[in-house]
Amino acid sequence: MTRTTGSTTLDAQTTTTLPGAEVLLRALVEQGVEVIFGYPGGAVLPIYDALFKQNHIRHILVRHEQAAVHAAEAYARSTGKVGVVLVTSGPGATNAVTGLLDAMMDSIPLVCLSGQVPTPLIGNDAFQEADTTGITRPVTKYNYLVRRPEDLAPAVHEAFAIARSGRPGPVLIDLPKNITVGDAPYVEAHAVTPRTTRMGSQPDRAAIARAVAAMKAGKRPLFYTGGGVINSGPQASAALRRLVDLTGFPVTSTLMGLGAFPGTDQRFLGMLGMHGTYEANLATYDCDVLIALGSRFDDRVTGRLDAFSPSSFKIHVDIDPSQINKIVHVDEGIVGDVGQIIDLMIEEWEKQPAYAHKSDLAAWWAQIESWRALDCLRFGQNKAPDAVIKPQQAIQRIYELARQTGRDTYVSTEVGQHQMWAAQFFRFDAPNHWLTSGGLGTMGYGLPAAVGAQIAHPDALVMDIAGEASTLMNIQELGTIAQYRLPVKIFIINNHYMGMVRQWQELLHGSRYSESYSDALPDFVKLAESFHATGLRATRLDELDATIQKALEHNGPVLVDICVAEGENCFPMIPSGAAHNQMILGPEQEAGSATISKEGQMLV
Amino acid sequence: MQVEVSGSAVISLLVDNESGALARIVELFSGRGYNIQSLTVAPVDEHSQTSRVNIVTTGTQSSIWQVKTQLERLVPVSRVVNLTAEGPYVAREMALVKVVSSGEPRTEALRIAQAFRARAVDTTASSFVFELTGSTDKLDSFIELMRPLGLVEVSRTGVASICRGPQTIQNF
Repeated sequence: MTRTTGSTTLDAQTTTTLPGAEVLLRALVEQGVEVIFGYPGGAVLPIYDALFKQNHIRHILVRHEQAAVHAAEAYARSTGKVGVVLVTSGPGATNAVTGLLDAMMDSIPLVCLSGQVPTPLIGNDAFQEADTTGITRPVTKYNYLVRRPEDLAPAVHEAFAIARSGRPGPVLIDLPKNITVGDAPYVEAHAVTPRTTRMGSQPDRAAIARAVAAMKAGKRPLFYTGGGVINSGPQASAALRRLVDLTGFPVTSTLMGLGAFPGTDQRFLGMLGMHGTYEANLATYDCDVLIALGSRFDDRVTGRLDAFSPSSFKIHVDIDPSQINKIVHVDEGIVGDVGQIIDLMIEEWEKQPAYAHKSDLAAWWAQIESWRALDCLRFGQNKAPDAVIKPQQAIQRIYELARQTGRDTYVSTEVGQHQMWAAQFFRFDAPNHWLTSGGLGTMGYGLPAAVGAQIAHPDALVMDIAGEASTLMNIQELGTIAQYRLPVKIFIINNHYMGMVRQWQELLHGSRYSESYSDALPDFVKLAESFHATGLRATRLDELDATIQKALEHNGPVLVDICVAEGENCFPMIPSGAAHNQMILGPEQEAGSATISKEGQMLV
Repeated sequence: MQVEVSGSAVISLLVDNESGALARIVELFSGRGYNIQSLTVAPVDEHSQTSRVNIVTTGTQSSIWQVKTQLERLVPVSRVVNLTAEGPYVAREMALVKVVSSGEPRTEALRIAQAFRARAVDTTASSFVFELTGSTDKLDSFIELMRPLGLVEVSRTGVASICRGPQTIQNF
């Protein structure tokens, strides 16, 4: 216990001593923090008192600590900055755990400040005491318990460095009350050498050259891009576009990577994986070179592992060395920042002999277009005015009508069918505009995420595409939305079911809908009104567009209850344990899908 | 896919001597389903700022490689070396072995202890405590031999390891 943070050089002459809470805030300001999402409590009162006395940092009061973390995640995801959370000890900290794991799984940079009982009481089962560092160790990239005043400022500076460096993630700092009350020396960021400097190495140029040579030899190539491209920054997305322009190769993306490459570009095949498009999944299965950029071969992407892209030469670029060969054995692993590696790939592509398989690539594109012709996302909407709205119709129209506004648009989702439909139907042309819980799949993510995005982008259109079940998990955030007059648009795709659970029960459990019916739902319109928002409802097809329009035109918060068909399933679907060429298609496509084997269907 | 053979590996780490560092390492193993056969830890630098951790683990080559890269992600971990993969190394552990017996088994225990160069560090009329240092195999066989001769208690340190030659863990 001799050292708790990165090495510091303390100069006695220039050391300023302040109350710990002020040291904390000063360090946050030095780190560029403008917004904190939090909830007060006994152990963090000194910090809240210091917040009260300053004007540099804005505090957003949420209604539940989990929501504070999701809001900070969306803030971080949509700005590229580190999100900051402030919660009290005990239940405040434990409520934050789900959010921290969500950020860990999706590589979102966060710093979570938690209160703690005074150091002399630690271990005594004091009021609102929790072993917060113990509880959060597996859900954070790193965490601190600040036991000595001199460790406070260095811990904050190092925490920010850790959160944003390498593969980003959440860092928690547990702050005993006597540390924030008592005096502590202030140390400036430049005087702290974070331990992140130990990591990081130069990109392996030879490996990049070999990878590009393999790309040049490819006749059926495919880029498989992920959230790493977004995390690497907008310049990485720009570099990806240049690389695709240069090569002419098709692109598919993971859920987390949507927006890195323009969704409206012809070379974009849509998302791959369990609810990916027909063309993206078949291209993944049949390609001969697979270039994974900042993606991690998640099980929702790979499906059955031994049948994942069976005949391809696999290149994997990732900033985290532990991801390479973790799930899928790759032929060329390259460790480094994906944006930087793409730049080097471009350099190498131009240096090496010209691509010699243009006609093969054209044939590959013809093949892809024939798959695309199936139009796998097409659904059958009865066009009668009083027809029941299909959930796909609702989401497609929200997308189209929002796009017509021409506004900068951020979209968050909850988790389930509506999330997958949103991923399928929304076409994102820019990174950082799609906010969803990918790795952890946290129901209740979308509403607080919309709060965080709207705080970060007050003039933008922020929408939460929600399910009626998910959104109830953090519905209390309507209070936050009201307090800060956030003009968030919440579209509840209300099918009276936990739709994805219902879908799996239909396909895998003999249609026994065990506990998946959303019984005793509130009247969402009245619920919205009670939270000082506008509530709207659409129940028939002819009400849909007008209702969406009305919501989009309103300049305050709107909650729209879109009552949709109850039994709709999300297709295409790769059932768990099946390969990419064993998709289940929707009723509209089934007749035309010769490649779907009976065996694949039986795997359901 | 070729079938990979499972084997054991000695992994040595240098870690910041801070609260929770060992917990991070141990939780990484349990959380990801890796196996720890033995673990030793002690400060090794003059200011007690750095500890060395030696872990004996088992797994396929690729899973041990995974263990190594996962360990490298931990902030307080500054160095991870798979000694088994990097070349010749020395691995030793110590055991304290208590034998309670009399008559012929007691004499036999003492005789075997001498053959193994174990030291009797505590002796009473009815018991011995033997101290023995050596490879894991050597300790295993000593303990097996003592079993019928009144073995009642064993305390082992786990493996400490270091690579052979002038190289150090710092310059792999």
